[in-house]
Amino acid sequence: MRFVDTAEVIETLHMIQVENLDIRTITMGISLLDCAAESGTEARRRIYDKVTRLAERLAPVGEAISQEFGIPIINKRVAVTPLALVAGACADERYVAFAETLDRAAKEIGVNFIGGFSALVHKGYTAGDRRLIASIPEALATTERVCSSVNVATTRAGINMDAVREMGEVIAQTAALTADRDGVGCAKLVVFANAAEDNPFMAGAFHGVGEPECCINVGVSGPGVVKRALEKVPEADLGVVAETIKRTAFKITRMGQLVAQEASRRLGVPFGIVDLSLAPTAAVGDSVAHILEEMGLERCGGPGSTAALALLNDAVKKGGLMATSYAGGLSGAFIPVSEDAGMIEAASAGVLSLEKLEAMTAVCSVGLDMIAIPGDTAPETIAAIIADEAAIGVTNHKTTAVRLIPAPGKAVGEMVEFGGLLGRAPVIGVSGLSSAGLIRRGGRIPAPTQGLRN
Amino acid sequence: MKAVISVLGKDRVGIIARVSSYLAEQQVNILDISQTILQDYFVMIMLVEPLAPDPDLPALARGLSAVGESLGVQINIQHEAVFTAMHRV
Repeated sequence: MRFVDTAEVIETLHMIQVENLDIRTITMGISLLDCAAESGTEARRRIYDKVTRLAERLAPVGEAISQEFGIPIINKRVAVTPLALVAGACADERYVAFAETLDRAAKEIGVNFIGGFSALVHKGYTAGDRRLIASIPEALATTERVCSSVNVATTRAGINMDAVREMGEVIAQTAALTADRDGVGCAKLVVFANAAEDNPFMAGAFHGVGEPECCINVGVSGPGVVKRALEKVPEADLGVVAETIKRTAFKITRMGQLVAQEASRRLGVPFGIVDLSLAPTAAVGDSVAHILEEMGLERCGGPGSTAALALLNDAVKKGGLMATSYAGGLSGAFIPVSEDAGMIEAASAGVLSLEKLEAMTAVCSVGLDMIAIPGDTAPETIAAIIADEAAIGVTNHKTTAVRLIPAPGKAVGEMVEFGGLLGRAPVIGVSGLSSAGLIRRGGRIPAPTQGLRN
Repeated sequence: MKAVISVLGKDRVGIIARVSSYLAEQQVNILDISQTILQDYFVMIMLVEPLAPDPDLPALARGLSAVGESLGVQINIQHEAVFTAMHRV
């Protein structure tokens, strides 16, 4: 092969230094199934020992790769087996101590988030699931780095509406317990339909039961790179726009694949997947909303937003698929409101409604993400929003998620500040109509015919 | 292991001399150099091979960055794999 091309070197440097190309996260998945014990104290000792032993070198290895390859790796994280499955073996009534153990382990190994304080209840609860879910508000209020998720629906099982109702209450309680910090506990809590077992992104990461003992999953990012690429084709038709996004996504993903393989080799842990996602941050030049606006929308949230997002999401996947040997996780464009400068602007201008966001989630990865709603929103209304989002996921065979933050004491238009990667957001209005009757019914919405594929 | 060094900045006398003598001190072999001036901006790309058995790229990066500062240019060093991965199918 000829010497590296000057133009290619300059392009790569520009992508990293000017357009915010980065590896968003290297996430180590760790199975905790063998940590179950009759004594909670013993189980927690085993969990702490295993996480700190296996992930001990994660942060330094990530840092070394970042320096040698000259590409920023923003986060190093750990995802563990849904804790309800592990803690369920012990007699403890409350699982907050398990969250504290995970928090301590995360601090010890220097990772900023650890995911997996989770339960999978799409068809029903085990005793452990019940205790875990009841412990979520306190667990998120007393820990800093623990992330929690609950899967309430799948295409094959339908929607567990009892769990949906309970999660409405859990979100409200979590906000109340972290009221002094704008309800930040809710930023670490995701309610899923069709949760991905190998998702490396927080707050929804957990290490599924079909996963190996330990593996490395990588999430790439680069909304800024895509936007810059589109700036070069301002008059092109949408076929050219899609092609431009594909080419860019290919390059971004190749970087992710390289880092994933290198991390896997150095840590001696199998490589799982690369998650082909466009994950924005609140930094200027790192916004998915701005990509949609570059395509020709006055503001993200206006008519045409869903179509533009569908094009983007599809082109990212098509470009990324060839660049990695194993794609997985959520793989698609994210549209978190508080973590995206363009979304924050659109929400502040009052042109981004919850209903439009819901429509957009039908064509991209994940769902109603990092949206601040009025603090006095009824738990049943939160539950009904979760149910709507779950219905979109279940019917369309896709992952959907809800991460709503009822901002305590705040009304529509007021700003909520979470700081850091979690960003800031104006409170968005929620319909005042009651859905309490629907939510009170409970039970399980049967799996749709789409789930019966055999 | 091969690495790519990129030097970007305002052109001045002695950039190549300083960078290559630093590399010689560090036992880093230069395999190829390409250099252009783009609108008064000096752009140099080097393909290098550190001869140490277990080369410390981050240390080289810090050293080169210091050399760059004294010259008023920006110097990066990255593993060659980054560029082949991103631009070659």
